Amino acid sequence: MPAPILQIKDLDVRFTTNDGEVHAVRNVSLDVSAGECLGVVGESGSGKSQLFLAATGLLASNGRATGSVIFRNQELLGLPQVKLNRLRGSRITMIFQDPLTSLTPHMTIGAQVIEALRIHQRVPYGEAERRCIEILDLVRIPESRNRMTQYPHELSGGMRQRVTIAMATVCGPDLLIADEPTTALDVTVQAQILEIMRDLKKELKTSIVMISHDMGVIAGMADRVMVMRHGEIVESGPVDDIFYRPKNDYTKSLLDAMPRIDRPSRPGHIPLRPLEELSNAPKILEVEDLKVYFPVRTGAFPFTHSKTLRAVDGVDFELKQGETLGIVGESGCGKSTLARAVLKLLPKTEGVVVWCGRDIGSLRNNAVRKLRKDFQIVFQDPLASLDPRMTIGQSIAEPLTSLRPELSRDQVTAEVRAIMDRVGLDPAWINRYPHEFSGGQNQRVGIARAMILKPKLIICDEAVSGLDVSIQSQIVDLILKLQAEFGMSMIFISHDLSVVRQVAHRVMVLYLGRVVELADRNTIYEDPRHPYTRALISAVPIPDPKAERAKARIPLPNDLPSPLDSRAPLTFLKSKAIDDPAAEQYRPKLLEVTRGHFVAEYDQA
Amino acid sequence: MNMQPLGTAAEETIMRAAAVQGRSLWIDARARLLKNRAAVVSMVILAIITLLAIFAPLLSPYPFDKVNFNLVSCSPDWWPDKMVLCNAGGAHWFGTDALGRDLFVRVLYGARVSLAVGLASTLVSLVIGVAYGAIAGFFGGRTDELMMRFVDVLYSLPYIFLVIILMVVFNRDIFLLFIAIGAVVWLTMARIVRGQTLSIKQKEFIEAARAAGVGQFAIIRRHIIPNVVGPVMVYVTLTIPAVIIAESFLSFLGLGVQEPLTSWGVLIHDGTDQMETAPWALIFPALFMAVTLFCFNFIGDGLRDALDPKDR
Repeated sequence: MPAPILQIKDLDVRFTTNDGEVHAVRNVSLDVSAGECLGVVGESGSGKSQLFLAATGLLASNGRATGSVIFRNQELLGLPQVKLNRLRGSRITMIFQDPLTSLTPHMTIGAQVIEALRIHQRVPYGEAERRCIEILDLVRIPESRNRMTQYPHELSGGMRQRVTIAMATVCGPDLLIADEPTTALDVTVQAQILEIMRDLKKELKTSIVMISHDMGVIAGMADRVMVMRHGEIVESGPVDDIFYRPKNDYTKSLLDAMPRIDRPSRPGHIPLRPLEELSNAPKILEVEDLKVYFPVRTGAFPFTHSKTLRAVDGVDFELKQGETLGIVGESGCGKSTLARAVLKLLPKTEGVVVWCGRDIGSLRNNAVRKLRKDFQIVFQDPLASLDPRMTIGQSIAEPLTSLRPELSRDQVTAEVRAIMDRVGLDPAWINRYPHEFSGGQNQRVGIARAMILKPKLIICDEAVSGLDVSIQSQIVDLILKLQAEFGMSMIFISHDLSVVRQVAHRVMVLYLGRVVELADRNTIYEDPRHPYTRALISAVPIPDPKAERAKARIPLPNDLPSPLDSRAPLTFLKSKAIDDPAAEQYRPKLLEVTRGHFVAEYDQA
Repeated sequence: MNMQPLGTAAEETIMRAAAVQGRSLWIDARARLLKNRAAVVSMVILAIITLLAIFAPLLSPYPFDKVNFNLVSCSPDWWPDKMVLCNAGGAHWFGTDALGRDLFVRVLYGARVSLAVGLASTLVSLVIGVAYGAIAGFFGGRTDELMMRFVDVLYSLPYIFLVIILMVVFNRDIFLLFIAIGAVVWLTMARIVRGQTLSIKQKEFIEAARAAGVGQFAIIRRHIIPNVVGPVMVYVTLTIPAVIIAESFLSFLGLGVQEPLTSWGVLIHDGTDQMETAPWALIFPALFMAVTLFCFNFIGDGLRDALDPKDR
């Protein structure tokens, strides 16, 4: 084994906060060898980021680190700022989660990459420029020479993250610390970024520390894995040992909680009601040709200029009682807008929404309010969706107090207590406030609020996306349990295709406001037809190192195009596209390839 | 910083152990405010000044408007440098002014007027500003554009000029002063409330309330107003001193309250006239005013920190 380039011994990190001392990292020791990729995995608050911030001297001002961090025979802890700066950015570099905030907005990306190089190495400007282009090519930024004169806001999230990777590698560092580099990105973009990082590791022989909460990402990247919890290492070892022969219970539970796109359901968890049982169930929701357009206004008040953003552009689907429809797609594909239009939280532009045989599309506000007791929504961010000034009891009771005013106060309280018990919250907490709870508990509050009226339809809009995997798996179990009990229908919106596979009977894939594929859950994952669906599914990381290594990735032609461009939805049917961004374009038809499996037209490659 | 040091298990035990009654954000904020020493001291001082302003003139043997030409510009008996000696009997703690009136009583009378102007004008601005801002922010769109452009137009008028015209056209009157100042301060209040309303309107919990079937006005009442109160309270504590300064400035120019009624601004104005011969006539009102302004600012800062601890 090659000599370690980074040795951390007994590193301890404490923070002094208003609420007392926080012990973030407890006596952690680890080595990183030259050319290896160490995966550090853990849930939020496990101290995985603080560990490496402390090691590189980037702790917040209220933090203290003790122990020893040796990088190539040099002690880093207590090293003066000037010397640290010479190391950071050249020998040790970091990539953070949010690529927009890590780039300076007023400098072109070329200038930023060149700056990163010229601060650390005395190279003439022309040479620096040449190497900048080289490195931008290496991270696969197309037309790198032209891109150099662009500003960060002109690039997409994936492109920006490539620029930060370019900045981090331009000096040829020995160690690259990547802290959740793909968490903010869509799966297809994530797959591209991970691919680039794998290549960099091979070509530049850089050691990489990959910090992530996602076991799938770690499985595909890491040679060795370290699992952290409460600031301690609970288990570490070669990637295959951790994934196939985990010793620690926490590692096992983490792996068990991870949803897998290649497995229809998790053993030992609540199964989904079989689709066949639902064949005779009545339809409760039919959506036909639903369109939601937004005017995008530019310019100040009297001089406005308007364009149309087609967020949802002609979507049809139906939902049976007790059925769950999964809606997947990348950010900006209109999945949340679709949900809000169905719930009448947003006005639709065109189309028909039939609820239990009745067209609710043209109902007025008051009539819609009465219908709300039948359909409810659970939001992504559990804390943001609760009024911070209300107790959770008041929040849960809100649908009751507004839609069933005939209930007495005692009856309302009794109902709230009953539902809290149902969703796994202690009814004694009724007078507590959201900020006193963890994310998972707040999401239970959100579910309790949605369930209290025993609605016929619940829309979960990314309801488990912001949660740690172990909490996510508990919430998924809770949702399935409640569905088994109450038999409501669900629309489950998520960008995470693995979770959708566990909860949805049928899955609908959206691309820029249009359906590209719709099929039952096994068909769509095992026999995807549309190139977009296939790219999407192949991009999902699987928490299984061997499967990750063997996987063939189907890349997308490019990043998500601007939805304001009318050619954009025809990315997969270029043969019919008219080359004019404002023209009225051909609309791909949905074809039924097998029973219940609809695929939008696409160009055969 | 993204720190969640406690795992769910540990968190749950703590929560079970803690009292069942939750801590509301208001209780948290109050605790933080009471921990802020500057704010607490300021509140105590302000309370003392207010109580003095209310009761002291009643207890003092000297009426605020009693002219006594035998005691013109007397120094207090304890004044180290006895420039004007007049045996006033030792009861004029702050000395007397150019007309022989007791300065202690007059300073506290001035406090009455200054604080009253401050509170009343702020109240006027609060009522108009919150209603206007909340309506503009909540309904948005064209309504918002029109309402806020109107505010912009008013903003661009030079307000001193406006007040001078008002004062000249309708005589000098203390109520007119309240209204004139209030009419200017509400503009900023409206902008603040509108901004807050706009940002709260975007929050997911408003959408959640709509999805739960809560009506429009119930949303404003139950969700928007309680969440706007925090920043508004902060702004109120910072508006009061601004209004006090505005009033004293107008009084200084001779546009404020009318004799024999007085305010800190008037007293400071009179004090500057005899700064060299009777410095106490300037020092005491100025001191009171400065202390009061400091107190309000400290309370405002304390409130801001207490209500939004992340924003420090």
